[in-house]
Amino acid sequence: MSLLAVLLLAAGTYAFRLAGPLLGGRLTVSDRLRHLLAVAAAVLLVALVATGALTDGRDFAGWARPAGVLVAGVLALRRAPFPLVVVAAAGTTAVLRLCGVA
Amino acid sequence: MRSLLRTLERATLRDIALVCLADALVGASFGAISVSGGLPLWVPVAMSVLVFAGGSQFAAVGIVLSGGGALAAVVTGLVLNARLLPFGFTVADTLDGPVWRRLLGAQLLTDESVAFTLLQPDPRRRRAAYWVCGLALFLIWNASVLVGALAGGLIGDTDALGLDAAFPAVLLALVLPSLTDRRTRTAALTGAAVAVAATPFVPAGLPVLLALAGLLFAGRPDTAAAATSTDAAAAEGEPRPLAEEVH
Repeated sequence: MSLLAVLLLAAGTYAFRLAGPLLGGRLTVSDRLRHLLAVAAAVLLVALVATGALTDGRDFAGWARPAGVLVAGVLALRRAPFPLVVVAAAGTTAVLRLCGVA
Repeated sequence: MRSLLRTLERATLRDIALVCLADALVGASFGAISVSGGLPLWVPVAMSVLVFAGGSQFAAVGIVLSGGGALAAVVTGLVLNARLLPFGFTVADTLDGPVWRRLLGAQLLTDESVAFTLLQPDPRRRRAAYWVCGLALFLIWNASVLVGALAGGLIGDTDALGLDAAFPAVLLALVLPSLTDRRTRTAALTGAAVAVAATPFVPAGLPVLLALAGLLFAGRPDTAAAATSTDAAAAEGEPRPLAEEVH
C-alpha cells in the first residue's frame, strides 16, 4: 500500500463527504442513487467476507478459516458483543489448526 | 465544547460513548490486523487520520494483504465510501456556517455522526450531536488504531492464532445489520458468489469489484419507506446508531 494509494483513497473519500455541505442547497441526490450506493456498500463488504473467508491467493483457504468466520456470523446474528465475535472467530480457527485441520 | 456537551441529553451522550467504545475495538483490530499482516505501522495510522472510514480501511488493507493491487484497493474503498455522498446532503443544513467550518466538519462525516444527528429534534441539538459524535469518534478511532498497530507488531505467528479469520469476521459483523433488507441480501449474496467463482481466474482484488454485478438485483428504492422518512435514520440503507456499524 503506497502513500499515493492512501492519498487517493483519502482525497476521493473527502470529496464524497464535502459535496453535500458545500453544494447542499443547489443539488440533491435522488432516492434511486442513494439506494444503489447503500446496496453497493453491502455488496462489496459481503464479497470481501466471502473471498476473505474462503480463498487464499487463488486457492481454497482450507476449512479452519471459514469455520471461524461461520462461528463469528452465528454470534453476530445473536447480537453477541463485537470483541467476542472477533475473538471467537480467531479462536475457532486457531484451535482447529492446533487439531490438525488445515 | 462544553456548551456543545450541555446541549445534548445524557442518554444521547451515553449512546455516543457506547458507539465510541465499539468503534475503539474495531479500530484496534484494524491496526493489529494491518501490522501483523505485514504492513508498515504508518499505513494503518495514516489511513485512519486521512481516510477515517473503517469499512473502506479494512477493505483496502484486506485486498492489499491478499495480494491485490493498490488500484483495486483504492477503487473498492471509494465505491464503499460513495455512500457518504448522500449522507453529506442529508446533514448539509446542520453543517452550515463559514467555509472553514464546513471543510473541517466534512472530515467528521461518518455513518455514526449522521445517524446521531438525524435523531435530534431541533437544529441546535443536531449541530451539537454532529460535532460531539464526530470529534469523539475521530479521536478515539485514531488512538485505538495506533494502539492496535503497536500491539500488532508484537504478534508472531498470525496463522497459528487464527488472525486471518478475524478480518472477514469483523466485516461480517459490520455488514449483517444491513442485510435485513431482502433485495440488499440478494444483491450481496449474488455478488459474493461471483467474486468467489472468479477468484481462481482473475488478478487479486478484481473479484470483489466483479461482485458489483450483484447490483442488478438491487431493485428500486422502497417508496413506502421513503414516504415516511420523518425518522430518516430508520430508512433502508441509512445508518443505525447502535448497530455496531463502522463509518
